Amino acid sequence: MAESSKRGQESPEQAEFRAYCRAWLEENRPPPTRMPLPQAAYEVTADEHRSYLVDWQAKCYEAGLIATDVAKEYGGHGHTGFQQIASAEVRRAQVPYFINWIGLGMTAPTLLAHGTQAQKQTYLPPIFSGEDIWCQGFSEPGAGSDLVSLSTSAVKQGDNWLVNGSKVWTSLGALARWMLLLARTDKADKYNGITYFICPMDVAGVTVNPIHKMTGESGFNEVVLDNVIVPDHMRIDEVGAGWKVAMSTLTSERGAAQGVGAVASSESPMGTMEQLIALAKGTSRNGRSVWDDPVWRDRIMKLYERTEALMQSSRRAANRELNGGAMRIPLQGKLVGSEIGQAVHQCALAILGMASSLYVGDANSVADGKWTLGYMNTYTGTISGGSSEIQRNILGERVLGLPKTK
Amino acid sequence: MAQPRDFGFGEEQQMLKDASRKFMEDKQPLVTLRKQIAGSEDPYLGKERTGGFDQAAWKEMVQLGWSALAVPEKDGGAGMDLVTAVAVMEEIGRSAMPTPLTSTLHATFVLREAGTVEASAWLRKIAQGKSATLAIFGADGSLGSDSTDVAADEQGLTGTSYFIQDLQKADFLVVAAVNADGVGLYCIETEGEGVTREFDRIVDLTRDQGRVSFSAAEADCVAPANLGAQALHKAMPALLTLVAADIAGGCEWLLQTTAEYARIRTQFDRPIGFFQAVKHPIVNMMIATDETRSLVYNAACAYDTDPDDADRCARLAKSSASDTAEFCANRGTQLHGGIGFTWEADVQIYHKRQIHSQYLFGDGVWHRQKLAEQL
Repeated sequence: MAESSKRGQESPEQAEFRAYCRAWLEENRPPPTRMPLPQAAYEVTADEHRSYLVDWQAKCYEAGLIATDVAKEYGGHGHTGFQQIASAEVRRAQVPYFINWIGLGMTAPTLLAHGTQAQKQTYLPPIFSGEDIWCQGFSEPGAGSDLVSLSTSAVKQGDNWLVNGSKVWTSLGALARWMLLLARTDKADKYNGITYFICPMDVAGVTVNPIHKMTGESGFNEVVLDNVIVPDHMRIDEVGAGWKVAMSTLTSERGAAQGVGAVASSESPMGTMEQLIALAKGTSRNGRSVWDDPVWRDRIMKLYERTEALMQSSRRAANRELNGGAMRIPLQGKLVGSEIGQAVHQCALAILGMASSLYVGDANSVADGKWTLGYMNTYTGTISGGSSEIQRNILGERVLGLPKTK
Repeated sequence: MAQPRDFGFGEEQQMLKDASRKFMEDKQPLVTLRKQIAGSEDPYLGKERTGGFDQAAWKEMVQLGWSALAVPEKDGGAGMDLVTAVAVMEEIGRSAMPTPLTSTLHATFVLREAGTVEASAWLRKIAQGKSATLAIFGADGSLGSDSTDVAADEQGLTGTSYFIQDLQKADFLVVAAVNADGVGLYCIETEGEGVTREFDRIVDLTRDQGRVSFSAAEADCVAPANLGAQALHKAMPALLTLVAADIAGGCEWLLQTTAEYARIRTQFDRPIGFFQAVKHPIVNMMIATDETRSLVYNAACAYDTDPDDADRCARLAKSSASDTAEFCANRGTQLHGGIGFTWEADVQIYHKRQIHSQYLFGDGVWHRQKLAEQL
């Protein structure tokens, strides 16, 4: 089977770097944890997992697999055109993910684009090493899809801001040292009344309450902010520029930027697809393997086809002309990827039939219930970071010029 | 196997794509088409369609070198690869232009794969401006290098070939025929002796189609013994990719035209694109079109640079394209409301072209089945 990540004309230096990454990952693959790791970084809660994953990220950072293309003055390795190679090799090696995926995937791109020199020098190196874990404080009980109606307030008092409100769906909230915070600084101006802050999590007034999801996992949290003091030097960009900055951060979340090496899951879409085919081959139904039934086969192959399209679309997005405008393909990435992932898991449950009822921890379950757990977790993809419905609004409005739903 | 960056789609391809788009827009093929078919709307009246096309535009395309763009340089062509041909095919699909170019490109890739001196002679005719088409289907229209109902022996060709694309527009045929040692390829003028053409009445207004009966028709063998089957097998990824590119171009037209209609058409005091029941399906058209288009470029690139993976990539492209063709045609018509299913609306022309393309060279179910057998 073709490995599309390998396709691409590489310079001798890039080829050498790829070989280096591959060899390093092979030699330094960490031993498995005693208790299995959750399927993705945003589900991590246990101390044992945290310390294991922080050590692993630090090692990968030292080896040059993270912040590969970031300037040395900000703790990066100062290369150009190497990060996507490192990230592709990390995914290919099926090694553990990087726990600090919000720091890497959202904070770093945001600070690199909007941060002050001091902010970049202070916050970036411990993001890369995994020493400082970050979480994101955007959504609120009353502001989900309609994020701009958020009401957590920040009031200026001398050189500080006094923050009050509550945030929900905060992944890694229990482990984080810092939070990317959106707060309202002007009630009269919906869009220009929001300011972007770095909020410390280990100070008075911050309470983190875990939220158990339908899977039973508790990576999500509610964070209550009660008279929390945030110094003004921890404000990102201008007062009132928060919405603009947040949109660029969300663009990172929606798949446009993997700039510094965020890898939040150890499974690639095609890797999961191959597991699905193996499951179909190994499951018998009506006297033959599921894979040998043409009806099943067509359903599975349709998913295979869409998974390959997903990979080829990311390759196509690199060419502006083939992309059809700068954002047309990148803005589809999260929507399409999460919906395919969900359909793949639905198919796996259907192949399992009654065995899909067996959950994590059941001795007779297939792959320790990972398909059933994974299916429920695909709703994280289709709901968080702007639900699929919101993504379709954005695509219709920004790319196709349809009237705004608002 | 390393594949080039950007699928091998560079400045040259972009320039050709831009030039062909402008060319097709200037020619207003649907205006010409509507003039040619006026009065033949009612299927019960049984009026003949001409299968006509813009002859002057075709001459210009020949002069521009587009008809010979994939003919090897040694045979007088431009020697371009599939990714370049795909760039032009997308624009043909977008414009829905009736033209001999599509079938001539198909024949070109088959003759290229035949690779004989005799095949070269016919490629040179294409370079000189002749048009061609493939005669490879048997009566059931199924895909496969051995599905022909034509036989070849020392008397010449005998039997009937079916579902021949743009037959009325072609100067010569590339015929698959069973000989004593397998399936060979034979070239013959469409108006040659022993060749009888019958034209199908088809739903697609932008193509024509027909069958040809041969009776001891003298033909030039360009791939003897079983080399014809081998050439068809090797060329098949290119054929699938070209049809998929045609579909992708047509779907882009359906997407943009439907989006434009949703921006302009007002109901309940708002443009209908405001409503998510309209907005979201249009976005789904874009998603499907982009998946197909990504697979098309991947397939073209694989054919050009990674032959071992060409079959897999082309089947993925065509199966995706077939489903996308159906989906975009369906949503395009539906979201145009009442006007959408009238003769007057151009969306019907694209809809019917997409139905034809969906099944041409095998649909999604067929290719997914074939692909699964390899996994």
